[in-house]
Amino acid sequence: MSVLSLDATSRWYGNVVAVNGISMTVGPGVTGLLGPNGAGKTTIIALMSGFLAPSAGTVTLDGEPVWRHTDAYRTIGLVPERELSFGYLTGRQFVLANAELHGLADPGAATGRALDVVEMGEPADRRIGTYSKGMRQRVKLASALVHDPAVLLLDEPFNGVDPRQRLHLMTLLRRMGGEGRTVLFSSHILEEVEQVARQIEVVVSGRHAASGDFGRIRQLMTDRPVQYVVSADDDRRLAASLIAEPSVVAVALRATGGVDVSVSDFGAFAVRLPRVARERGIRIQELTPTDESLESVFAYLVGG
Amino acid sequence: MNRTLLRLSTQALFGRRRGVVLLLLAGALLGLAVLVRLLTDEEVGVLAVVGLGFTLAMPLVALLSATAVLGPEIDDGSVVYLLAKPVGRHVIARSKFAAAWGATMLLGALPVALAALVMDPSHPARAAALGVGAAVAGTVYTALFLALAALTRHAVVVGLLFVLVWEGVLGSIFTGVRWLSVGAWGRAVADTLSAPAEAAVNVSVGYAVVAAIVVAGGTLWITGDRLRSFTLRGDE
Repeated sequence: MSVLSLDATSRWYGNVVAVNGISMTVGPGVTGLLGPNGAGKTTIIALMSGFLAPSAGTVTLDGEPVWRHTDAYRTIGLVPERELSFGYLTGRQFVLANAELHGLADPGAATGRALDVVEMGEPADRRIGTYSKGMRQRVKLASALVHDPAVLLLDEPFNGVDPRQRLHLMTLLRRMGGEGRTVLFSSHILEEVEQVARQIEVVVSGRHAASGDFGRIRQLMTDRPVQYVVSADDDRRLAASLIAEPSVVAVALRATGGVDVSVSDFGAFAVRLPRVARERGIRIQELTPTDESLESVFAYLVGG
Repeated sequence: MNRTLLRLSTQALFGRRRGVVLLLLAGALLGLAVLVRLLTDEEVGVLAVVGLGFTLAMPLVALLSATAVLGPEIDDGSVVYLLAKPVGRHVIARSKFAAAWGATMLLGALPVALAALVMDPSHPARAAALGVGAAVAGTVYTALFLALAALTRHAVVVGLLFVLVWEGVLGSIFTGVRWLSVGAWGRAVADTLSAPAEAAVNVSVGYAVVAAIVVAGGTLWITGDRLRSFTLRGDE
């Protein structure tokens, strides 16, 4: 059982702040590090894996700083987002080299076990250069697992992986977490995190936006007001009708046509809008969400 | 030194097209030696071909070898797979150096000695001395270029400029440059061992050996230190 801790950790590059005063503790089980692209997820994983010195604060593994502490890699298994460029090696040669570098007593047997775990035993004797993205991802995971680490850090492990292999990877991560390992993976896709982790840490623009149980944070996200633009044959009458709906918190007529609608309960609004239109004889021409991007969801969380 | 890293580095060196270029460089020097031996007066030919091997072929082999074992991995960040191991970063640097050094000796220094032997079989001792001198210079070049690969993405360009401009052009124009020329240190060692009628360079062998040790050791340490500070950065 190992615990990774960031304590008031910041990292900046010149005038650019990549990570700003983050404190978090990652313990056994699967933790999802969620945030939009550019939020600082890779920086956090680099800090946790000893590949980046914190500009302020501390990053420790079981109480020991990880920066410039090569012995920490006996405990940590790292799956970076970086592609494997060892195309001239076979999958088995690559994983075996990792096992040897860890100084394992029987690197051959450990290699076989790790390849079996990720179901790459059969194609392991082909060169990595011939692998699909999903296969390369699994070989990367095998190389990180070969020394049976207590901590597994994965940076965007599902990127570019086809759905079947994604499912397989997710099952693997859940199993690793169930075995008592400390597993942390980053993702910018809410649904990915939902399927694997209960505990999530949300980062936005280098700041720690939320932390805790997935269900609670998901609730925060889905309950936020959502903006839509609705165009109808009579915008003013539609606006008057919608403001009477409990699920709508604000309406505003657009100068160029259409109505800006702020919705507090998306489910109720989706049911009520067509009914209201039919009852009042209004013809809806267009309905467009204006802030459905994940960034806006995260921004809402940061803003509280 | 780590045997696994040595093996991986050797595979990186010869598992890519660069390995073929290294073989071609060594082959070209030897081919030229045979050709010149057949067509010209031996004394003139020896100086020209060995000079070419010393100042161009061997440094190029060292440059291509040293940058091949480390440069691509640093450039694309995949060196992180090797660094995320409980292995000292200086050990990694020394292992990378050993792989590149082996290639430089085999395909850089040895061909210089063989070229000298092909062109003048009656002086095997001189050929051996030139080989030792080339080995000394090759060792320094390898360590220096490995550090360049660790420090900059443009190691090949910077290394080429160093070999062609500093060692080649400036070294032949300004005598003072010889004191700071890796090739001149190797020639000084070769001169001492073979005691030719006229020394190729005016650098004392004591200075040359000390300078070679200091630069090779220092740049190798810089490589290890750079790897200790390697940082992983995302696109963000």
